[in-house]
Amino acid sequence: MTTKLIVGLDGTGSGDRALAFASNLAALIGDCELVVAYVIEWSPYSFQTPEENAMRHKRREEEISTARERIIDPAVNELTAAGLKVQGVVRHGDVADTLNAICEEQGGQQIIVCRSSEGGFAKRFFGSATSNLVMSATVPVTVIA
Amino acid sequence: MKLIAKTLLAAPGIAFALPAYAQEAMTLDEKVNSAFAKFTGPFVSLIFAPLPGTSFPWIVLWLVVAATVFTFYFAFVQLRFFSHAIALVRGDYSDPKDAGEVSHFQALTTALSGTVGLGNIAGVAVAVGIGGPGATFWMILAGLLGMASKFTECTLGVKYRNEYADGSVSGGPMYYISKGFAERGLPGGKVLSVLFAIFCILGALGGGNMFQANQAHAQISGIFGEYPGWITGIVFAVIVFAVIVGGIKSIANVTEKVVPFMGILYVGAALIILLVNYDKIGWAFGQIFTGAFTGLGIAGGFVGALIQGFKRAAFSNEAGVGSAAIAHSAVRTNEPITEGFVSLLEPLIDTVVICTMTALVITISGQLISDPATGLYVLDGSSIATVDGNSGVALTSAAFASGISWFPYVLAIAVVLFAFSTMISWSYYGLKAWTYLFGEGKISELIFKVIFCVFVVIGAAASLGPVIDFSDAAIFAMAVVNITGLYFLMSIVRKEMHSYSARLASGEIKKFKH
Repeated sequence: MTTKLIVGLDGTGSGDRALAFASNLAALIGDCELVVAYVIEWSPYSFQTPEENAMRHKRREEEISTARERIIDPAVNELTAAGLKVQGVVRHGDVADTLNAICEEQGGQQIIVCRSSEGGFAKRFFGSATSNLVMSATVPVTVIA
Repeated sequence: MKLIAKTLLAAPGIAFALPAYAQEAMTLDEKVNSAFAKFTGPFVSLIFAPLPGTSFPWIVLWLVVAATVFTFYFAFVQLRFFSHAIALVRGDYSDPKDAGEVSHFQALTTALSGTVGLGNIAGVAVAVGIGGPGATFWMILAGLLGMASKFTECTLGVKYRNEYADGSVSGGPMYYISKGFAERGLPGGKVLSVLFAIFCILGALGGGNMFQANQAHAQISGIFGEYPGWITGIVFAVIVFAVIVGGIKSIANVTEKVVPFMGILYVGAALIILLVNYDKIGWAFGQIFTGAFTGLGIAGGFVGALIQGFKRAAFSNEAGVGSAAIAHSAVRTNEPITEGFVSLLEPLIDTVVICTMTALVITISGQLISDPATGLYVLDGSSIATVDGNSGVALTSAAFASGISWFPYVLAIAVVLFAFSTMISWSYYGLKAWTYLFGEGKISELIFKVIFCVFVVIGAAASLGPVIDFSDAAIFAMAVVNITGLYFLMSIVRKEMHSYSARLASGEIKKFKH
């Protein structure tokens, strides 16, 4: 049976460390597939102006496309080149809940994320997101320092 | 809005006065007023004309009759689908894979920020001040019926919206009337749509802009003392310009976050006052029910209470006006009817909850003077006499101050913020009507936005009574066109409702695990 590992990226160097760890782990496991995920922080309960609402679908597509181009595709290409089986996922939502939901959908056995204190393109894993994931995940979570 | 404007302008402490050195401009204002009144007077008189032998404006009856027709036609949709509407807002039926699109909650709160405002604070005080506590009963009834009007227009707003290649959307009565009429093979859809768009632009510049700027200035000058209105106008215009032209989202974001907070604070303060005076709540409801059918001594008896209640509810929640359909059409859903269900919560929150809170606080506060011997209210002219002679927003303010002494300051900030958020909302409604008439495009949009900002200054600086009367009339003229369209298109909504209802009952439409 193929083992699936979910790797949460945040677009910073810290995410790369999580990726490197997951890559090594996958090589050790052998029959393993990596799901590289990037969650764009978003809440359905935020307040928006009418104009923002009208443009929201367009913005969402742009956000997904940017995240794919800058974060997911380079990671997927690198891991594929290293001979690993990889798929990339970009979603909007609460980081902790969404990573866990992706894991459940994919039948993943473990989630690997990084504890980051760095700024950058998207500060997605600051403190609470990682701790929320650790507290609420239904599978083991590895947090890379 | 017209009545509120007059009451507010007359209210002590917040009198709106033009500066001494603007007296020359007054002459110009008067010229503009006179010329404008000549052109628009017949139109304004027509829209606000009372029914023969009464003081009941026919336009209010038009809105209430429509709400009643929709309530029966959709078999009390506001009751049958109420819990489903709550489930939709909570996101129970939203596919997690669609996360990042406009949610039902966001569409609802955006539309609410355009309607919750002066109507809930000052309008209710006018209704209770003239119609007595009994007006609250009719206001609640009108709010409950209005839920069906919102349901109808917002369903159509999503169903017939335009989706452009770049992913942006435009919707509203101008789109559903033209497309819906064409689909049903009915003539005149285009004419009605163009008429609606014209009224919507005028309403956006007037009631959704000048009136708001005018009242915001009245509030600010009430606190800091009188100063020239154009200063407020320019400050507001610069901020509005920065948001709608400059795209400075941070200001809009702050407003959009602060306004719901102010709304919650307002309801919270009302609840605290009611809890402190819990022993009077039963009595207050007694006044509301007795007053609804006897009038309790107010001018015009129970009919007077009914007129005021219906009027203020219709003016406050805009059900049937068509503006909410523009705001709700941005939601991402494969089922347009779901947005209809969500939108029916709007009059409930705006009128049944917030307006009722205001009315209860005013009643309980003892600001309205009654004769202990007869139990009837004492009249001062056509209004009920109040402790400090207050009316309009000053009456609401005094009522809240009787429970929480510092609350009038919070209320003043709330009024200014509500005015600003209403302006932002109406700038969008007006823009959608503008682009419907003149086409989508950066230059076309910029022209409207600049005009909108200029009107902010005019609204704050000048006392253009006839212009404000006309813009009020334009907003209600939107309802004449919109409801005419709704009568012809409501069968489409019923078909959608039956289809959705059947699929919901069969389990085809399921909740998502979150």
